Amino acid sequence: MKQRKRITIAVLGLGGQGGGVLANWIVQLGEMCGYIAQGTSVPGVAQRTGATVYYVEMIPAEETQTPVLALMPVPGDVDIVVASELMEAGRAILRGFVSTDTLLIGSTHRVYAISEKTAMGDGRASSERILTAAKDRARRFIGFDMEAAAQANGCVISSIMFGALAASGGLPFPREAFETAIRAGGKAIDANLRGFAAGFDAAEGKSSSGDVFVADRPGPTSEAGRALANRVEQRLPPEAHAFALEGVRRLIDYQDRAYAELYLDRLEALAGPGALLTEAARHLALWMSYEDTIRVAALKIRRTRFARVREEVKAQDGQIVQLTEYLHPRLEEICETLPLSIGRRLLASKRAKRLFEPLFAKGRHVETTRLRWFLALYALAGWRRWRRGTLRYALEQARIEDWLALVRSAEPASALELVKCQRLIKGYGDTFERGLRNFDLVIDRYRQGGIDAATITRLREAALADEDGKALAAALAA
Amino acid sequence: MAERSFKAEIERLKLGEGETFHGEGILAVTKALLESGVAYVGGYQGSPISHLMDVFSDASELMSDLGVHFESSASEATAAAMLAASVNYPLRGAVAWKSVVGTNVASDALSNIASGGVTGGALIILGEDYGEGSSIMQERTHAFAMKSQMWLLDPRPSLPVIVDMVQKGFELSEASNTPVMLELRVRACHVTGSFTARDNCRPPLTVAEAAAKPSRDVDRIVLPPANFLHEVEKIEKRWPSGVDFIRRNTLNEHFGPEEDEIGIIVQGGIFNSLNRALELLDLSDAYGKASLPIYVLNVTYPLIPEEVRDFCAHKRAVLVVEEGQPEFIEHELNTLIRRAGLDTMVCGKDFLPRAGEYTADAIRDGVAEFLRGHAPSRAPKPKPAPPPALMPATVPPRPAGFCTGCPERPIFSAMKLVQKEIGELHVSADIGCHLFSILPPFHIGNTTMGYGLGTAGASAFKPEGKRAVAIMGDGGFWHNGLTSGIGNAVFNQDDNLTIIVDNGYSAATGGQDIPSSRAKPPHRKTNNPIERAVRGVGITWAQTRTRTYDVAGMRDAIRDALTSRENGPKVLIAQSECQLNRQRRLKPQVAHALKSGQRVVRERFGVDPDTCTGDHSCIRLSGCPSLSIRANPDPLRQDPVAHVENSCVGCGVCGEVSHAAILCPSFYKAQIISNPNRGDRIRQRIRQWVIGALQRRDERMLAARAF
Repeated sequence: MKQRKRITIAVLGLGGQGGGVLANWIVQLGEMCGYIAQGTSVPGVAQRTGATVYYVEMIPAEETQTPVLALMPVPGDVDIVVASELMEAGRAILRGFVSTDTLLIGSTHRVYAISEKTAMGDGRASSERILTAAKDRARRFIGFDMEAAAQANGCVISSIMFGALAASGGLPFPREAFETAIRAGGKAIDANLRGFAAGFDAAEGKSSSGDVFVADRPGPTSEAGRALANRVEQRLPPEAHAFALEGVRRLIDYQDRAYAELYLDRLEALAGPGALLTEAARHLALWMSYEDTIRVAALKIRRTRFARVREEVKAQDGQIVQLTEYLHPRLEEICETLPLSIGRRLLASKRAKRLFEPLFAKGRHVETTRLRWFLALYALAGWRRWRRGTLRYALEQARIEDWLALVRSAEPASALELVKCQRLIKGYGDTFERGLRNFDLVIDRYRQGGIDAATITRLREAALADEDGKALAAALAA
Repeated sequence: MAERSFKAEIERLKLGEGETFHGEGILAVTKALLESGVAYVGGYQGSPISHLMDVFSDASELMSDLGVHFESSASEATAAAMLAASVNYPLRGAVAWKSVVGTNVASDALSNIASGGVTGGALIILGEDYGEGSSIMQERTHAFAMKSQMWLLDPRPSLPVIVDMVQKGFELSEASNTPVMLELRVRACHVTGSFTARDNCRPPLTVAEAAAKPSRDVDRIVLPPANFLHEVEKIEKRWPSGVDFIRRNTLNEHFGPEEDEIGIIVQGGIFNSLNRALELLDLSDAYGKASLPIYVLNVTYPLIPEEVRDFCAHKRAVLVVEEGQPEFIEHELNTLIRRAGLDTMVCGKDFLPRAGEYTADAIRDGVAEFLRGHAPSRAPKPKPAPPPALMPATVPPRPAGFCTGCPERPIFSAMKLVQKEIGELHVSADIGCHLFSILPPFHIGNTTMGYGLGTAGASAFKPEGKRAVAIMGDGGFWHNGLTSGIGNAVFNQDDNLTIIVDNGYSAATGGQDIPSSRAKPPHRKTNNPIERAVRGVGITWAQTRTRTYDVAGMRDAIRDALTSRENGPKVLIAQSECQLNRQRRLKPQVAHALKSGQRVVRERFGVDPDTCTGDHSCIRLSGCPSLSIRANPDPLRQDPVAHVENSCVGCGVCGEVSHAAILCPSFYKAQIISNPNRGDRIRQRIRQWVIGALQRRDERMLAARAF
């Protein structure tokens, strides 16, 4: 690119994220510093949460001639790109705005797009690829989690980005000029200046990075725990330890020591290669800790959960937090929580169904922070002691045994894929039934014979492709 | 109250002679109108002209001080018909709307005003919604100018030029007795810049004064024999005087050297992109000093034969840079050059893209091709494009969608649930935010035929067994839907269901007030209920649901309407305030209440990550921006869990959806009480005492069987 006097800046973001505020500051800044600055945008429906581009050009003012400034960025001709989210930085690269002469300033946090969120499994796009492309393509890439910085400083992300822009040296203006532009904006000046300073420091690498700190899980604390941990370490291959220890921890919490021992019995009986046991340790623990009404009640009433909610909703000291759960137990779930024989008879009886079903046709607003509801949930959680007698327990253990028997009888590659099919079973109510139906379809197909491990993988992925089971039906027909 | 307030900027509209005005394109247009002595202003909102309407609205006090009449018209047809005031009286009037759609609506009135002609200057300001960010069909306003013989200005996107064109536009209109259209592209509406202001000017004659002394001229009315006269008058009188005015005032401009064997003819509105393209080819600089001649058409209709002849003479070839199709200007130039007896080659769409926005890089490539064909020595060497750094699939698309807490979302969640019960429905969609229903995660809607035309779009469906559904927004309803949709359905005994989304604003265009708005702005009569209007035209099955967030209630109401034994059109009015505007209204109130120590309850939703299994059914039924996902904190689970971000406004849809669809127990509503009163505190203490004791007991039991 030829050396030019004008500076071109594209701001990419999501509608409503405040890209306009940033663009205005940049225009103000340019005008104050003796430049002719021009900003444009494309408002309209894109501003309803879609991807948007703001564009600013500036050039030193001259007495004798008026510049002709462009109204949109041209690929290969953008000096500075500021992106308020990682995929928008990716979009800037994709659209060619980021060339080898471009300074790219981007937040590395993610705001997931609708296609990523609606996937039945994990539909998230790869952040790594964007980060690699940003580093490879741009002249310089300044990236950090600006959303976290904004949250930490109680400001909008625009001020963080403006700070990073100032620190980057991409614009030939002193820091004070940037701050003056914020003051001239006249809105939330203190918060914005605070954010500006934080963005400035972060871009210079002065503040701590936003790396997520992953705490190690604490080791066993009880005698039972130590015994179980010992057993895991002695009898299972090392790669399976992490999941198996987590499984033991989960199931002792879910039921009791004996249940955790049953888990290990089942795992050890599989006696396959390490990879199989690792995945089995994961999926067996998940299945054995199936979410029945007892489990849900137990999780909802915990003190740790109350504390987590307070933190998540950013409640301050002195504020009272009241909780309402949206529970919808159907007659099925109620019967399944009852003792085996009663539950089964009730479910089979048309009369009982007619009688009781209307009682459970509507969802309940369960106000957990009210005594009445708390006590009810507390009692339900206490039902754990009799869980082994419930209908659901009988149903799930039978399904688990069937599945394990099938896994044991399969050749290693297929066994591993069959284990992973547990992933299809999740959720509650209708979602649970759909998952179980899909699981059964895949397993039944396997039982018919003639399919290999790769086909099981394909079927499992098809089952996660859409809600109506169209892809799975097509895959089964193929 | 509209989405964006221009109250602060309005002060700048008062600047006087010689002062420098800084600001956006639309503000510059407003200032130019006031400087031109405009007597009346009207229009209908729609991007990219919405903000112009908001500026007018916010400036209405200033305008009435100047004796200027302003109204928010009911539709573009209304606005166009308003120009009738300039037929008999020397009143300058300006109206504005989104084009091409608004011009479609207005075209009946426009044809009439163009036929009879005007005495006072009539200016139509059009926001040309073409190219990136556009939400409408890609057509050109140019065709309207041609068919009605109205003049079309397409100024260079530079504030002084735009302002000058507004003023000259009135003069041109008066000199040629023809309404004039001023076309502004999306970015030009919002481009910032400056110009030297003049004093605002009171209209020499106000609308009130004109009304007090009526005068008429039967020759201005479109009825035989005058209509035949008008046609002749257009050709013999108005056209020549228009051309003459444009030439004498040099509204079109020239850049670059005078002599060359090639040249470029460009629409004024895309001159800046052309200049950038030339700059990138080293054929111009940042100040428009081009090294080849450029003829800039600030007036794209009519073309000026003498100017065209002078520019093209002695040139082997000219390139026409004309955005959109068909290439009307290119066709016309060919005719003019042939008539002038020149053999200059007219190039255009053979080198430039036939369709789509003319971005600077598209123009650069086209100009380079043109040079290779007609001036090879000046052509750039072909440069291979750098390999892409990313594949398109690596960046997920981000379509627009319903805002956080939008009251329209639960309507479509409910429709999805009804479809699960009774099967897919034929849905005739409308124009407005509700059209986002066609996108993921809802995938609802078959067609959209235009603003307020949802019900009309379903009128061919005479169901036997399964009724069709039409959607209509409150904006579209008052625009024309009441008659074109509801009245038509009553008269023709339709049996379909119309769901009218009543959110209190013309929301998609930026939250302007409409007849059924609940706000009570001065100078407007609002609070006219939609249900009363539909009953007034003969609907007997009408229901108003006052809380769309009640998903189960919405679902039941839709199911009822679709399965009711009663024949005839059914109207379900789904009422809840547009959340974007509601938040804007409430935020200052809440902040004030918090500051003054009043009890404030904030509601928001959350998801318990330990019960969420990561199926995302909830998201597929909602799609709320604040309902997102995050990495599963459970080391055993692989799929990300649902997560509610702090931007949640507590509308409650996710909870209601998980109830209605029997999804999952993970959603909770948190009510955060600030400045709790004594009752709150006592209740809290008692609860805390019991619940705390039980939780401690629970923890002891957990610890006893801990890992």
